[in-house]
Amino acid sequence: MLKLTDEQIERYSRQIILSEIGGKGQEKLLKSKVLVIGCGGLGSPCAYYLAAAGVGKIGLVDSDKVELNNLQRQIIHSTKNVGIPKVDSAKEKLLQLNTDIKIVTHSLRLTSKNILNIIKDYDVIVDGSDNFPTRYLVNDACVLAKKPLVHAGILKFDGQATTIVPGKGPCYRCLFPSPPPPGSVPSCQEAGILGVVAGILGLVQATETLKYILQCGELLVGKLLIFNALSMSFRTLTIKRDKKCPVCGNNPTIKKLIDYEQFCKLR
Amino acid sequence: MVVKIRIPTPLQKLTDGKSEVESSGKTVIQLIDELEKKYSGIKERLCDEKGNIRRFINIFVNEKDIRFLKGQKTKLKNGDEISIIPAIAGG
Ligand SMILES: [Zn+2]
Repeated sequence: MLKLTDEQIERYSRQIILSEIGGKGQEKLLKSKVLVIGCGGLGSPCAYYLAAAGVGKIGLVDSDKVELNNLQRQIIHSTKNVGIPKVDSAKEKLLQLNTDIKIVTHSLRLTSKNILNIIKDYDVIVDGSDNFPTRYLVNDACVLAKKPLVHAGILKFDGQATTIVPGKGPCYRCLFPSPPPPGSVPSCQEAGILGVVAGILGLVQATETLKYILQCGELLVGKLLIFNALSMSFRTLTIKRDKKCPVCGNNPTIKKLIDYEQFCKLR
Repeated sequence: MVVKIRIPTPLQKLTDGKSEVESSGKTVIQLIDELEKKYSGIKERLCDEKGNIRRFINIFVNEKDIRFLKGQKTKLKNGDEISIIPAIAGG
């Protein structure tokens, strides 16, 4: 059992006083391991708040370097970090915020070969990636490895989020069985994204992650949250496990991970 | 009879920028055909060559996915809210 130090009690006091958290909850957070896939628009705010809340080990996955056009929304990076790997820039910022936690960096692109080995060390996986091939790969890997996955996607003024707990509710393929063909759905690079939309959805993901670890509240399991910034609306649609789902259905056809062609890369 | 349809951002180019349109279709398939008459090209974005809803798009009547109702034959009633939800991957 982990004992909170005086400094930890002081640092996390504003959430320890919440009856849903308390000292026990804080210990759970400090013992938890979360993998944040993508240090971009979603991953930046998500990882930042998870670090602030004292999630004990945060893994960061990204193969890109910081670019000036990222900074409009990827708030974990700074102007001086342009040109360096995103995971290094993010790690530096997170450790400045909280010296009490461990940050592990994975400066690579996830593939069918490496993903299972990376996710196995974590309790919760957050998908903040920026392309369909990675999203389907992450979904399938989490279903096969039975890892909870907090999903969000953003475009222009819109956002979607859902939490996938394998065995407890639908997966991403239950909702969208296969990715769109190249060119049929615009990317953020082509269509644009309002930075705050990334912030809002990234924090929905952080919230779901904290609730999962603390085992409190109601998760977005079997629910798809739809956000629109222009109408400032949050709606929740019901989603169901599909018995015919190719990966989590009764007779799954996907038993091995697939590397879809990278067709909608954006940064 | 009038139902309200929420148009997702990527399809708003086809609906003159409107995020919400109305229809009097009595089923989902009728609604799509009616939309196509007004906003040419939208059906092709929603359905494949066989007329099935594309696998990266879902249609919800009120809060329910039509795949778990009667699919495109799902009946609509006055005041229903239809949402077209495409997969989005940005991050
Ligand atoms: Zn599934």
